[in-house]
Order: sequence, then C-alpha cells, then structure tokens
Amino acid sequence: MQKFIRDSGHLIRPAIVLLAGLGLFMVIRAAVVPKGFGQYGHYRPGALAAIRQHPVAYAGQGACVLCHDEEGKVRASGKHAHVACETCHGPLAKHADDPGANIPKLPTVATLCVRCHEKDTAKPKTFPQVVSTEHSGGMACNQCHKPHNPQL
Amino acid sequence: MEITRRDILSVGGKLLMIASVGATFEQITGAKPPPDSYRMASHWWGMIIDIDKCIGCGNCVHACSNENQVPKDYFRTWVERYEVPEGYVNPRVSSPQGAIDGFPPSKQTSLKSFFVPKLCNQCADSPCVQVCPVGATFVSPDGVVLVDQDYCLGCRYCVQACPYGCRYLHPETETVDKCTLCYHRITQGLTTACCENCPTGARQLVDFKNPNDPVHEFLRNNKVAVLKPNMATGAKVYYKNLDGSVR
Repeated sequence: MQKFIRDSGHLIRPAIVLLAGLGLFMVIRAAVVPKGFGQYGHYRPGALAAIRQHPVAYAGQGACVLCHDEEGKVRASGKHAHVACETCHGPLAKHADDPGANIPKLPTVATLCVRCHEKDTAKPKTFPQVVSTEHSGGMACNQCHKPHNPQL
Repeated sequence: MEITRRDILSVGGKLLMIASVGATFEQITGAKPPPDSYRMASHWWGMIIDIDKCIGCGNCVHACSNENQVPKDYFRTWVERYEVPEGYVNPRVSSPQGAIDGFPPSKQTSLKSFFVPKLCNQCADSPCVQVCPVGATFVSPDGVVLVDQDYCLGCRYCVQACPYGCRYLHPETETVDKCTLCYHRITQGLTTACCENCPTGARQLVDFKNPNDPVHEFLRNNKVAVLKPNMATGAKVYYKNLDGSVR
C-alpha cells in the first residue's frame, strides 16, 4: 500500500483537479439547465404552458349565439350560414366576457361585402360575385340585401 | 367433465386477482383526475385547405393578425394569387400586403388563376427545428411547431431553414415568431382564428389522431398534395386540387 501511494502520488493531484472540475460542471449545469428540459424533447416544457397563456381574441361561433340566438337563427337559414359572426363583426372575445363594457361597432358595409363578393377571375366560378360599381350604382349593399340572410 | 374443488379454487382465485387489479386501477385513475383536461398525447394537429373554395378575401390573414398581434407588414399566414399561363411558364404570383385586405380585381382574363392560402406547414420532420442551436423551437407532442420566446437567441437559422418562408424575426422582441396554429385556442377546444373566420370553409383545422375527424375522409376521397414534398419535411397542411405551378 505504501509503495502504491508512493508510486502513484503524481496521479492524485490531477485526479483531484479532475473531480473538482467535474463537480463544478455538475453544479453549473444543474443551475443553468431549466427545470424539466428534455422531458418531451430537446426543449423547455414550460414553453408550452407559456404559449397557451396567450389571450383569445375571437370568442368563437358558439359563444356568440348563446345570447344572439335570433341573429344566429336568421343567418343559419340563409347562404351565410357558415360565415362566423366575428368574420364581419370583428374579434369580440372581450365583449363575450363582459357584454356591457365592450360594445362592438357595426361593420362598414362599403368595404365589408366587396371583400368577398367583388368579381375576380381567380375566384371559384360558383361563388356569387359582382362588379360592385356596375351592380349597385353606388348604393350600399344592405339597402337591398340583408347581411345575415342575403336574400333580396 | 367433473368440476373439482381444486378447479373452483383455482379459477376463482384468478378471477379475484383480475378483479382486484381492475379495482385498484379504477381507484388510482378515479382518485386523481388530471389537472388539465387537454391531453397532448391524444392529438396530432394539421390543416386541410380546399383550393377550390378559397375566394381570396383575406379574412384569415386579418383574423390571424388580430388574434396573435402580428406586427404590421409581417404575416403568419397569407394568401397568394397565382396567374398561370399555358405550360407553367413564369406564373405570376401576387400577395399585396399578404392579402390582409383581399385582392384588387385581376385584369387578366386569359390566364388560369386561383388563390393559395399559406401558413406554417407544421412539419413533423421540420428543418427549422433541426437547425435551432439552443432548443428554442420544437415540435410539441401534439404536432405543432412552436418557438420558446424566452430561449430564442434571434440567430435566424430557422428563418433561413424554413423552405416555406413561414418564419420572421419579430421587430420588437427580436426573437423568431411564426404560426402557432393558435396553440392557445386549439388546446381549449376552439379552432384556429383563420379557420374560425374563413367564410367558405376553405381551411379547416384537423386532428389526425381523432378517428371521427373529417380529415380521414378528405384524404381518402380527394386528390391532395403537400407543398414541396421532395423536401421530406413531413408537412401536415394538405391542399386539395393543388396546381403543379404552386411553389
């Protein structure tokens, strides 16, 4: 034993340095790598929860018709049945959360309808399209058509 | 065959063991309801887009911008109008302001013309994820490519790696931003903002792991394609009747 320590004495100091370095590495690694890193893959699982915290702007079709069931019924019977309320009326999740405080404005008909129905050769042939200047002669669309159920 | 007492004890003992295992399992699952009803393992999100239904109104772009506070002149989704002469030579592609306010009427009448909505293809083998040096971008267990805003260095490797041009550097945070497939919405049972506001149902959020999802019938019954299949990205946005000129 005495001989062994004497002969390998020059290895002990590097071994101590190596072990100390390894220990330091482990301590720094534990401090720097975020909690749960690698749980699902090479990323921080906390990011998933953070992204889910983003607030919702569009409440969704289901929320609107809870109160506005009359409008919902009228629309469901017409050609706009699959157009969501918020497509024309804008993002209204705040209104759905607190109906009194966030009164939505009526959409501007002059720009609203032509957005979809202005004639364009790239549009599907079966989709109803008009050249708005020739079609109405400057009259607002909703003077003839009801937006919720666009019959004449 | 004669039933001996040994047989009864043997079979009865086995039944008792099975029943007790079942009961214990029931107690374990019943006593601890999961804190969150959304289970990532039971979803695999994607999107289907019907080119023949898209009218280029840009409501999807508008909705995405509102929902995700996308900075002005940057787009997480956009719509392109293709005008293709005979033989695919130099198709004209336009997307004024990402089509956030739709398109001015086309003057061309002699060309084949159609709209192509684009967004992150939520690739299963995404090149953007492979190049990230710090693990800031990743494919979530439910198949959505996301960016960890706290971890992103803003090195832009992923912006260059994306073959679909779906990523940008956010001018304020200086971290990379992209379509999250409205992860905050789909994890609480809503559809994405773009799908919610598509008036013709041209784009639809789908869940490949849901056996009742219309996607399975859609893929079986239609001619579908993904963008740049030769890049083997495992794209999960399927286009119906996509023209060969689309890049």
